[in-house]
Amino acid sequence: MIRKTISSGRPKAAPSRRTALRAALAGVGTVSLAGCDRLSNNAAFVDTLKSAQHLSHGAQRLVTGRKAMAQEFGQADVAAHFKANGTLVPMDAEYQALLKGEFKAWKLQVGGLVEKPAAFSLAELRAMPSRTQITRHDCVEGWSSIGKWKGVQLAHLLEQVRPLPSAKYVVFRCADSMDGASLDARDSTYYESVDMDDAYHVQTVLAYELNDQPLPVNNGAPLRARIERQLGYKHAKYLMRIELVESFDKIRDGKGGYWEDNGYEWYAGI
Amino acid sequence: MTPSAAARRIYRHRLPVRVMHWINVICLTILLGSGLQIFNAHPALYWGRDSTFADPWVSIGAFNKAGGGITGVTTIAGHRFSTDGVLGASKVGDASTQTARAFPAWATIPGPQWLSMGRHWHFFFAWLFVINGIAYLAYAIFSGHLSRDLLPTRAELRRIGHSIKDHLLFRHETGEAAKRYNVLQNLAYLAVIFGLLPLVILAGMAMSPRLAAVFPGWVELLGGRQSARTLHFLAATGLLLFVLVHVFEVLINGAWNQIRSMVTGWYSLPSDERAKS
Repeated sequence: MIRKTISSGRPKAAPSRRTALRAALAGVGTVSLAGCDRLSNNAAFVDTLKSAQHLSHGAQRLVTGRKAMAQEFGQADVAAHFKANGTLVPMDAEYQALLKGEFKAWKLQVGGLVEKPAAFSLAELRAMPSRTQITRHDCVEGWSSIGKWKGVQLAHLLEQVRPLPSAKYVVFRCADSMDGASLDARDSTYYESVDMDDAYHVQTVLAYELNDQPLPVNNGAPLRARIERQLGYKHAKYLMRIELVESFDKIRDGKGGYWEDNGYEWYAGI
Repeated sequence: MTPSAAARRIYRHRLPVRVMHWINVICLTILLGSGLQIFNAHPALYWGRDSTFADPWVSIGAFNKAGGGITGVTTIAGHRFSTDGVLGASKVGDASTQTARAFPAWATIPGPQWLSMGRHWHFFFAWLFVINGIAYLAYAIFSGHLSRDLLPTRAELRRIGHSIKDHLLFRHETGEAAKRYNVLQNLAYLAVIFGLLPLVILAGMAMSPRLAAVFPGWVELLGGRQSARTLHFLAATGLLLFVLVHVFEVLINGAWNQIRSMVTGWYSLPSDERAKS
């Protein structure tokens, strides 16, 4: 189409320049979608694309401040049915046994780089000071759902186990195997991690209630994380263990979470 | 080249504008393709704060056909349209059967359903696009490009009726008049620069949970996060329409001359004689 236009007798450009222009236009044309697919499988190129997440993280921390609060809503805004996503019922034997026993045998282990590792039963967590918040859950897929959460602030638990100065991240270990990995020797339960800014954030809550009811299995019973300034996949469900670490390089594929190991950004504030 | 021909050529687009224009072409193409990829992860749009999953105002989906296979359907404000083969259900590559996906593989970056990769493309080029846009704005203001070329004069605004008529008749300015952008062109550029682009960026930022915390409640100015997602989509549609009209105008107005002027800067003024003939 463009070549036809070229031959239609316009005022002359120098031949060399015209050739260069044709080459440039052809170049633009070949940045086709197939090219994008090839680049999507080029590790160096993808690393370059992913470098933008550091820029996003830095810029967002700069403009919002570490303690900035996520918007909270009123009772009238709560969705009639809070959408559940990801694992809906963990089929792992250990979880199924805990579920049958109404989580009486369940304890949240908190360890790693801490002075005093500890374990907390659901009753103990419920007896601690609580925070209730009505917040919007934003899924990486694009939808949002508003729910009312009640739980204990992660900061409160951290004060009791006293993280060592070397602790840089909090890793959430969950009960639900992904990838059908119970057949595999390799542990492949869901996991996630946040930095200490989010760990100590006022709204970072380990929730045991949704909409004034005990947390349903679909939404992560008995306990799930609420990381209100990040996307839904950071809000780990079916919590079993919390681990403080200096780096998550040695955990699984080293990206800091199940979805991160599958290509998603570790920083999910965007 | 004869002197008269040389006299009819003007240096129309300066280097910074040309470079930033082509960066925009690349960014917009990739942002559109990767944006459709992201949309495909949840192909429905809502108004308000959260998603009322039962009644989106726009949704694209696939339904089973009686005789087997699937058919693509787009629903807008309760009205159902068959968009089979393009929206809702389409063939990926050389496949013989259709796949359920909102936008087809030829329109998304990357082609296969791959949300995380779409996001990497989108956010990298969003940064490039915004930085380029800020550089353009600074250049336009300080170089005088904005006041000299983009803002229409009062006289031009008064002749807007003529300009509309000229456009409808596909009649275009020649000679001296062709040195300047025409008034509709000015208004279109200004609407994009100061309307659609700020809106698409703001609505995009409103979807970020962290940026929503800049000061709690600012997302409400756009009607809530799901409204912001809808506005982002609509503003992107507006930008696509602008690009289509822009490319159409280039093609019917001496495409080679126009494209060359955006590459080398030099533009040949269409002669008055040709217009009279």
